[in-house]
Amino acid sequence: MKRLLLTLLLPMLLPLDGSAQTAEEQGLDIAREADKRDVGWRDQSAHIQMVLRNRQGEESVRENRMQTLETAGDGDKSLIIFDSPADVKGTAFLSYTHATVADDQWLYLPALKRVKRVSSANKSGPFMGSEFAYEDISSQEIDKYKYKYLRDETLDGAATFVIERYPQYENSGYTRQVVWMDKKMYQPVKIDYYDRKDELLKTLVYHDYQQYLNQYWRPGRMEMQNHQTGKSTTLAWQEYSFQSGLKDRDFDQNSLQRAR
Amino acid sequence: MGVALLLPMQGLAAGPWSGSFSTQWRGYSHAGDGAGDTDYTSVAVEPDYSTQWLDRRLLFTFEGFARGGSRDSGSNHADLRVFSLNYAADAWELRAGMRKVFWGVTESQHLVDIVNQTDLVEGMDGEEKLGQPMLDLALIGEWGTLDMYVLPYFRPRTYPAADGRPFLGLPVDTDHPLYESADGDRHVDYAARWYKSIAAWDLGLSYFAGTAREPRLLPQVDATGASLRPYYYQMRQSALDAQATYGSWLWKLEAVYRQTDEPAYGAATAGLEYTFADIAGSGVDLGVVLEYLYDERGSQSAAMFADDTMLGLRLALNDTAGSEALLGVIYDNGGDGHTLSLEASRRVGDHWKISLQGLAFASSAADAPLYALRDEDQLQLDLAYHW
Repeated sequence: MKRLLLTLLLPMLLPLDGSAQTAEEQGLDIAREADKRDVGWRDQSAHIQMVLRNRQGEESVRENRMQTLETAGDGDKSLIIFDSPADVKGTAFLSYTHATVADDQWLYLPALKRVKRVSSANKSGPFMGSEFAYEDISSQEIDKYKYKYLRDETLDGAATFVIERYPQYENSGYTRQVVWMDKKMYQPVKIDYYDRKDELLKTLVYHDYQQYLNQYWRPGRMEMQNHQTGKSTTLAWQEYSFQSGLKDRDFDQNSLQRAR
Repeated sequence: MGVALLLPMQGLAAGPWSGSFSTQWRGYSHAGDGAGDTDYTSVAVEPDYSTQWLDRRLLFTFEGFARGGSRDSGSNHADLRVFSLNYAADAWELRAGMRKVFWGVTESQHLVDIVNQTDLVEGMDGEEKLGQPMLDLALIGEWGTLDMYVLPYFRPRTYPAADGRPFLGLPVDTDHPLYESADGDRHVDYAARWYKSIAAWDLGLSYFAGTAREPRLLPQVDATGASLRPYYYQMRQSALDAQATYGSWLWKLEAVYRQTDEPAYGAATAGLEYTFADIAGSGVDLGVVLEYLYDERGSQSAAMFADDTMLGLRLALNDTAGSEALLGVIYDNGGDGHTLSLEASRRVGDHWKISLQGLAFASSAADAPLYALRDEDQLQLDLAYHW
């Protein structure tokens, strides 16, 4: 009787077993786990230095500062203050990201003292002339992609999950991204970006991860290489700080005009 | 080792001082009717300082402006654009001093924007503003932001001198302005604006009571000859500005209702902007702007744009040099003329910026305000060093 019961129940139990999950379910699970482990940092501030390199290797440096507010049940709010090049100093960019509807974005132009609501439809365009697109640096909500687990792989000595993700938001410049997710940190260590023609466009490699507040892993440096143009951008994160008490009020249009 | 580690960090903090030095060349295609020349060169400096205290709640900002070296006396001028303290609490902010404030959403003209006086010597497009002394209390809540302004001192509009350009047919007697109010430039003006973003909508409602920023220019003849004398009347302006942002579409409206010593009237600018972003994966954006400009007073009045259509093209290469250009034409629907404008700029290296601005006017109707500018087509080149 016991045996009969087991035989009857076993097929019903099987789908719960990890090995029987579809590749799509596995991919989504990995994304969910990564998201779950990165909850609770409340707010984050950092300096960002970008070094833009053209095909000839000539460099140009961009400095800015970014503050981000974790928002429960919605995408993050962020404020980017541009410090250089000197002619755009004081320009600031406020964005409210959303998982399913379009992001809200405002740009503050200091010469005119004008706050402009701008279209957030431009996801794939370059951020400050760099090889990073807006969609590469905005907050990564689970619902922005569909996922598929590909394989396990050891990358530079680290065990990784390799998953593929497909942008679900409009106006993405990519058909798909292949993400190498570190198994220990549950953070990406490498991403291959495929353009609208499904040709390899860019590769992003993360370096110098450090753990903050005993939980949250953040990269020290990100290297983006454009394979089609030969241009590259180094994005260096400096002076990370967390839970400094930022509030919604620090991410409104009054604060945008006050950002220095 | 310690020093080596510290040095790059110091470069990170945004220094309190920044600004620009620039040199400008401005040329005119026609000799014109006045005593002006066909080209002018000048230099300008615009220093900028800001610092914060009390855990960033108290902010001081200074922005100066000075232009010199030009052959015409009017272009050489200095102004305190901003000299201001801003205290930020959770539910309010208090701002006091010389400040600049911008209201509005449209591109072709700024009807709603009224707090600051226009510096017409610096630019005929009206985008350059003089600093305005003010006290601004902003109340901030879930219901939006309500700014309440006291503007204790009036600043008259700057106009090119008799030996400068553009020439408006007669020189403007800026030394002897007339005021409707017996208080003259000491008349205290009041203004308020409420604004809020609701999903895809950005809404603003505003009110202004005080001295009009744009004077009537009254012809006069005195011992020195004929000139135009600015008359600053009292005005009450109620206004709405709204923008809806849906995908690549921006829908914009500015509407004003003005009560003066003459019959009250309404004026509006309504239009749209569509951006073709990242064209074919090139990173290049092309925006198309279409706006309709309306003034109830009609084209036989002081209204520059009474029944006009503006078509603009905005190109941004999004390259390392930040190259961009804006081409616009404002066409009088009654066939009285048109205004062409071109603005283009790009960075050269990390500190230099080169800008080109062109304006061309065509007018066939001698009674249209635009007619006075028919010989004032100009091209302006600026080379600036930013630090």
